[in-house]
Order: sequence, then structure tokens, then C-alpha cells
Amino acid sequence: MPPVIEFADVTYSAGGRAILRDFNLRVEEAETLVLLGRSGSGKTTALKLVNGLLMPERGKVLVEGKPTAEWDLVRLRRRIGYVIQEAGLFPHFTVRDNVGLVPRLELWDQPRIESRVDDLLAKVGLPPVEYAARYPHQLSGGQRQRTGVARALAIDPPILLFDEPFGAVDPVTRNDLQKQFLGLRDTLRKTSLFVTHDTREALRVGSRIALLSGGQLIFLGSGDEFMRSQDPEAQAFLETIATPHTN
Amino acid sequence: MESEQFREILSLSLEHIVLVGVSIAMACLIAIPGAIALSRNPGPRRISIALANILQTIPSLALFGFLIPIPIIGGIGKRTAIVALVVYALLPLLRNTLAGILGVDPAVRESAIAMGMTPGQVLRQVELPLAAPTIMAGLRIATVTSIGTAVIAAAIGGGGLGVLIFRGISFNDSGQILSGAVPAAIMALLADEGLGWLERRFSRHG
Repeated sequence: MPPVIEFADVTYSAGGRAILRDFNLRVEEAETLVLLGRSGSGKTTALKLVNGLLMPERGKVLVEGKPTAEWDLVRLRRRIGYVIQEAGLFPHFTVRDNVGLVPRLELWDQPRIESRVDDLLAKVGLPPVEYAARYPHQLSGGQRQRTGVARALAIDPPILLFDEPFGAVDPVTRNDLQKQFLGLRDTLRKTSLFVTHDTREALRVGSRIALLSGGQLIFLGSGDEFMRSQDPEAQAFLETIATPHTN
Repeated sequence: MESEQFREILSLSLEHIVLVGVSIAMACLIAIPGAIALSRNPGPRRISIALANILQTIPSLALFGFLIPIPIIGGIGKRTAIVALVVYALLPLLRNTLAGILGVDPAVRESAIAMGMTPGQVLRQVELPLAAPTIMAGLRIATVTSIGTAVIAAAIGGGGLGVLIFRGISFNDSGQILSGAVPAAIMALLADEGLGWLERRFSRHG
């Protein structure tokens, strides 16, 4: 089976600096591939190349076998749910309207949108009776993030992109969100690309881990393989979760 | 005599409102689409704002004077007055509309695009609603300023409440001056209140 997302010799630069260099990666159906790396390693750029927010300078990014340059970008983006840090919710829309936006753009009828929004809000742990009518500024950070996830799932897209979705919440909330993510991951079985700089999060949510450094892929493998990697950059990330020795 | 004077104040007030209303409407038709276009083109943005800034600094009486000899838009009368009022209303409208659109959180704009909104949908459903309170503030400034500036229009035959004020000055009749100035002031206060109320309504969820 061909990969759902494929980076083929992709180079992308901005302001004269190469962000990604000869980058190759295949994301298989129904896996959650984590892009792990420091700030500036190119992981967010890789994500934005998938939904056409950025276009490769050289090489190709193929989604479902077709280069992004050949996709109708609106069609492409409707097949991809996108969750970002701080959720990027529309501040002038209620939770209901935020989650129901893409179905509305897809011209679903009103009763179908309503019931879909109710289902999704319940699924992400925001009882609609209590939360649907609220505005984003009336939610906690964790609740905003949940709304962002519900919005990304609205029309059941086959592909999901996560850009440090849980980076701006406290550790306890992050733990809850990760648990919920795992539940959704295992029931929905979407093809997901998940960007983080948190080693523990990468090991927890990813079925595979891709480690980026300086715009290049330097490790690709399962969590167990990552734990055993001797690569210095992988070691640096593993050190962040090492249990300190006590005397 | 009393009621005749009252009728004159009323009809000149109406004329004043028409002068301001037409000018503001025309300025909106130019400045708002203009600002939308400029929000997409950083190049001409600076030049346009600079130009609007310069126009704003021309003293109003001088601008009316400059316009008189210009064919088509100039001359003596309402048309010239409206052109000048439009010029003054452009800057606050242009600048506020631009600031409102450019002030939309980039993450919000990006997630709108990433959800597969077309550029028109991003503009209508995200950028303009979020910019609305700022645009309304610009409209309020432009309208209130315009009510004051329109008084000068009488100097070039534009009519409006300025007629009473200029007549009062030449006859050294402070009652006459006040009969023009007080309605203009009330008008400005009402416009300020009314548009301020609209502005708050637009920003309820911002």
C-alpha cells in the first residue's frame, strides 16, 4: 500500500536559510508518526508542507499519492484536520460554531451539523449542554485544546496534523489530553503526524518517532528503538526524561 | 419670525446631515475596499497611508480653497464640500480598517486557511468580523470630525449649519453663531454616542 503522506527529497528554505534539506519520510495509513526535534529543527515546516500552507522549494510532498502542488488546496485541506497550540479557535464564534465550521463550509444541513457537533463535544469530554454556547475566552486552556481537536475531527478527515497541540497547558491537563488523544487514536485510527519537542509525549503518543535536527531526518523508528538509539541528538532528548540518580 | 428661524435651523441641520452622510458613505466605499486590498499588498501600503496622512494635515479652509479652481470636482457648492469631507474621512477609515485586518491573530488566520476556507471566506467570516470593532471606531472618528469640518463647507457655498455661523460672524451676532454651533455640537455628540454603542455591540465577543 502506498504511504498516505510522503516527503520525497524535500528542501524548503526561508530567508536564505534551509529549514528542511533533502528530507524524506513516509507516513503509513493509520499510524501516528511523531516529529520530534528542537525549536527550529524544521518539524512545524514539515507539517505545513502537508496541508499546503507551505510549498516545497525542491522535491515533492505527496498526499494520497498526489503532489500537494497538484491538489486543489481547498479540497486537500478539507481532508486534513489541523490542531495547533492555543487551538487557533475563532474568538467570535461559540464552541458550537467553531466545531461546526467545516461542516457548514461543506454545506451540511443544520440538523446534521448540530448532531455531529454534539457527538464530537461529548467525545472530547465537553458536555454540549454546558459548553456549546460558550466563547473561546470563556474556556480554560485545556478546554480550548479539546475544542480544537473536536473541530479538526468535524468532517471525519482521514488525515490529522498536530502542531504541539498540548504545549501550552499545565502538566496535569496535558496528561489528561494525552490520555484522551490515545483513546481517540485507537478508536478512530487516523493517519496522524504529530509535532512535539517533548520526549515523554513523543514516546507516549507515537507509533513511530522521527527525530529531526537541522532540517534533516536523523532517526526513524519505534519508541523502543528510539530508547536504544546511540545517536547523540536522540541521547540528548532521552536525557530530558532520565531519572536522576540519588545517592 | 421665531418659527421661521427654527425652520431655517432645521433645514440647515438636515443639509448638514446629508453633507456628512454622503461624504462618509463615499469615504467608506473607497477606504474599506482600499484597506482590504492594501492589507494584501505591503508595498503600496506605506505610500497610501503616507498620502492619506499628508492630505489630513492640509487645513480644511485651505483644502476648500484649493479645490475651487479644479474642474469637475471643484467649483462653488456642495460637490466641492463633499470631496473635501471625503478626503478628511479617508485616513481614519483606511488606517483603522487596515489595523483591524492586520491585527487578526496570525494563528487564527492560519487555522482558517488550514480548514480549507477560500480567501473570500477568510475575509468575510474571520477577518472582517474580527476587525469590525476597530473599523467602527474609525467610522466614529471620521463621522464626528466630519460634522465639525462640514461647518467650514458654508464658506464655499456648501450649505449646512456653517451658514448660520458665518452669517453670525459677519453680523457679529453671537445668537446667530450659537444657533449653528449648538445643533452641530448636539449632532456630533449623538453620532459619537450612537456609533460608540454600535462599536461596543460589535466587540462583545472579541
